[in-house]
Amino acid sequence: MAKQYETVIGLEVHVELATKTKIFCGCSTAFGGEPNTHTCPVCTGMPGSLPVLNKQVLEYAVAVGLATNCTISRYCKFDRKNYFYPDNPQNYQISQLYLPICQNGRVEIETEEGKKFVGIHEIHMEEDAGKLIHDEWDDCSLVDYNRSGVPLIEIVSEPDMRNAQEVIAYLEKLRMIIQYLGASDCKLQEGSMRADVNLSVREAGAKEFGTRTEMKNLNSFRAIARAIEGERERQIDLLEEGKKVVQETRRWDDGKGESYAMRSKEDAQDYRYFPDPDLVPVVLSDAFLAAIREKQPEFREDKMRRYKEEFDIPEYDIEIITGSKHMADIFEATVALGSQPKKVSNWLMGETLRLLKEKGMDSEDVRFSPENLAKLISLVDAKAINGSVAKEVFEAMFAQDMDPEKYVEEHGLKTVNDEGALRRTVEEVLAKNPQSVEDYRNGKEKAIGFLVGQTMKAMKGKADPGMVNKLLKELL
Amino acid sequence: MGLLNRTAVELAAAIRKGEVTAIEATKAVLTQMEEKEDKYHCYVTVDKEGALARAQAVQKKIEEGFESPLAGVPVAIKDNMCTEGMLTTCSSKILGNFIPTFSSEAVLNLERAGAVILGKTNMDEFAMGSTTETSAFGVTKNPWNTDHVPGGSSGGSAAAVAAGECFYALGSDTGGSIRQPASFCGVVGLKPTYGTVSRYGLIAYGSSLDQIGPLCKDVTDCATVMEVISSYDEKDSTSIKREDTDFTSALKEDVKGMRIGLPRDYFGEGLDSEVKGAVLKAAETLREKGAVVEEFDLSLVEYAIPTYYTIAAAEASSNLERFDGIKYGYRTENYEGLHNMYKKSRSEGFGPEVKRRIMLGSFVLSSGYYDAYYLKALRVKALIKKAFDEAFAKYDVILGPVAPTTAPKLGESLSDPIKMYLGDIYTISINLAGLPGLSMPCGMDFKGLPIGLQLIGDCFQEKKLIQTAYTYEKARGVFGGKEA
Repeated sequence: MAKQYETVIGLEVHVELATKTKIFCGCSTAFGGEPNTHTCPVCTGMPGSLPVLNKQVLEYAVAVGLATNCTISRYCKFDRKNYFYPDNPQNYQISQLYLPICQNGRVEIETEEGKKFVGIHEIHMEEDAGKLIHDEWDDCSLVDYNRSGVPLIEIVSEPDMRNAQEVIAYLEKLRMIIQYLGASDCKLQEGSMRADVNLSVREAGAKEFGTRTEMKNLNSFRAIARAIEGERERQIDLLEEGKKVVQETRRWDDGKGESYAMRSKEDAQDYRYFPDPDLVPVVLSDAFLAAIREKQPEFREDKMRRYKEEFDIPEYDIEIITGSKHMADIFEATVALGSQPKKVSNWLMGETLRLLKEKGMDSEDVRFSPENLAKLISLVDAKAINGSVAKEVFEAMFAQDMDPEKYVEEHGLKTVNDEGALRRTVEEVLAKNPQSVEDYRNGKEKAIGFLVGQTMKAMKGKADPGMVNKLLKELL
Repeated sequence: MGLLNRTAVELAAAIRKGEVTAIEATKAVLTQMEEKEDKYHCYVTVDKEGALARAQAVQKKIEEGFESPLAGVPVAIKDNMCTEGMLTTCSSKILGNFIPTFSSEAVLNLERAGAVILGKTNMDEFAMGSTTETSAFGVTKNPWNTDHVPGGSSGGSAAAVAAGECFYALGSDTGGSIRQPASFCGVVGLKPTYGTVSRYGLIAYGSSLDQIGPLCKDVTDCATVMEVISSYDEKDSTSIKREDTDFTSALKEDVKGMRIGLPRDYFGEGLDSEVKGAVLKAAETLREKGAVVEEFDLSLVEYAIPTYYTIAAAEASSNLERFDGIKYGYRTENYEGLHNMYKKSRSEGFGPEVKRRIMLGSFVLSSGYYDAYYLKALRVKALIKKAFDEAFAKYDVILGPVAPTTAPKLGESLSDPIKMYLGDIYTISINLAGLPGLSMPCGMDFKGLPIGLQLIGDCFQEKKLIQTAYTYEKARGVFGGKEA
């Protein structure tokens, strides 16, 4: 390739907000549910129904705006985006075009190439659409309005990214901020975070942007990275052949690893945006903004800095633990209950991550409480249970949060510290295994390992291994 | 006095005293309908059995001690307000089979006050029109002269009140749709300040202009109904919390020192001389009663019509998108694919006036025209409001005609839509400014058709209108004496 090309990428990220009810009515936003059960006249577009803004949506949008250094509009409006499609019961979507809630923000990202800022053009609030189900057998389509009216924010970046690493770093950054705010769980696979990639290429050093395409249907970071690479190559090939890039929306097929055109700019609809007369303008008071500022959590960077100062744990542990607000919350709460930070960190970094991976779960899905983790650590500290029993108890706690003290009690897992009882068991083991005793006495040091194992087995794992060793040596 | 000649408040008092029951009153109205409906066609739907059942239930409640100024009185509802379980068509083929799952807030307020809902009145399709002739279910005729229209769009409601086919009715007013038919039918109509009556359940035409209000036999009924239907409603974001909705407290015969302004532009070219004479005579009556009446210049009057038709059509084009044949209402029989179904259902389901306004509204919102038309119209709207603010710094009430003429003949208006639009000149700016406006009869023309007087107040000043209207009504004496 003779020429050098630069890729220019901007993202439109849709995030489903974690409100209990929909953006303009009181219906539940809960996932699942029989079709059309989380609906009412408002979210099914019945004649005469009217929307009323859910204040929580506004609070989340402002919180995300503040966390991404945006200017918050003190006066904003909702606009109607008019288009006919059956997933949209009113045939217009309530969104924000003219006066979005947040503008001109930026976030800092870090890749192998270093740190940089990605600008945020705007964040606006809008409603989600329903879901169409195409029934091939009956040759008809059905519509489920349970998702209709679920609140979304759309975060529109500036075209500041240059490669897939930056895009993923930006998405990770947004996800971290939003998860820390509790505004959404941001799961790409489940669609609570969706990213559309606007991409163009230009000759290195060129000032003008090239013609861009918009890529949809990207359901994982891997798909995003692959789609960016694929689209970059496709556009460069076109330019190298002397052809032009057509401004269009494309759909990524991750299975085939290629995209196809959905609609070009020529087919672009005129959405006839205008302010929704059913909703009054939103005017934000100083007090409202102050209250949201007050509630902003400690974000990841600050947390990492503080952990380094306060806790004597490895930097790698800090990175992993703060990578999930939920994990960080468990860590801090457990430490606050008196557990040693390194021990808490070990449980989170070791057994927790292992079990999450094994069960294909997310950090957000961890259900054991800091209280119970602290109790477990105390049991080990007090030598009430040994290490392998602790792991067994933890696994049970991980599956279903419960009091480890009770569990140990009920399952009789307490380490036997009664030397007399242990001595009797050791004597029995020695009596049953004369060959091993013989071997040991003949200088085969390894034979003691077998005898320790036999003793632990006889004690059902509840013996303190140190004491077993000591007694064996004594009796041999 | 015949039962049907009583006002709503008089009837409620008689029911309270046990002189007559809600059931008897309802039966009397239903009998009147049987006699008159063929002639006037005020209703799209008459719910005879339902009305009787409701009358029985209310009568029982009254006998058990329930008290409300309108308890037991039969009422008609314009067919653009949702009524649970009762056909609600907006006089359109596209909603010809639509039965709502909930009732509009204004209707619920009436039901809570013990009203007996009779049925749904005819209207211009989706409230678009000034004659009730754009209804998909036939025209309504003016009870004063059946060769003439009752006005519109709340023509069915106005005619039903005038014909004794109900004791009062609810209408909606986007550009004059309560006041103008009230004027043509010789009844009292009030368009309240925007935000006073909840729009929840009102099938929207121009959301920023629509307001529900009463059509009644006299000013007392009008104030009483207003008290019942006004409410702050959390389901309507444009609803306003008001502490001053004790409208009947303004039923006072006193206009001493009331400053009344007559805008010169409302009495200029285009105004029928008989209408002009009757309205000026009403102003004179109020002056004799102690009001200070003077002429003034209200600016921007000529811009009201283009501004209104831009904004109302823009909102309507979007509001009416939901009628697509998918979820409810009319769907074409034969179609190929989704797009074709939309196109055919809407082409067949909407009438010509509705289509005209959808096209107009889509045009003014389309990219490239939005700034030049829609945004400019919003700016003019703000200026019109400012002109009224200046006027209300000087006057308590603005007085003028409701419409340039009395009720036109059937068929006259539809042939010339521009002329029909111009007929809204005195009523439209009130909606643009969100103001309250009251229409009441003040005379007859030589054909024997009623002439309407319009009183316009500043926002939240309905009481000044009611007080002025009540004083004038007493001075004028009984109007017409027609029907029943």
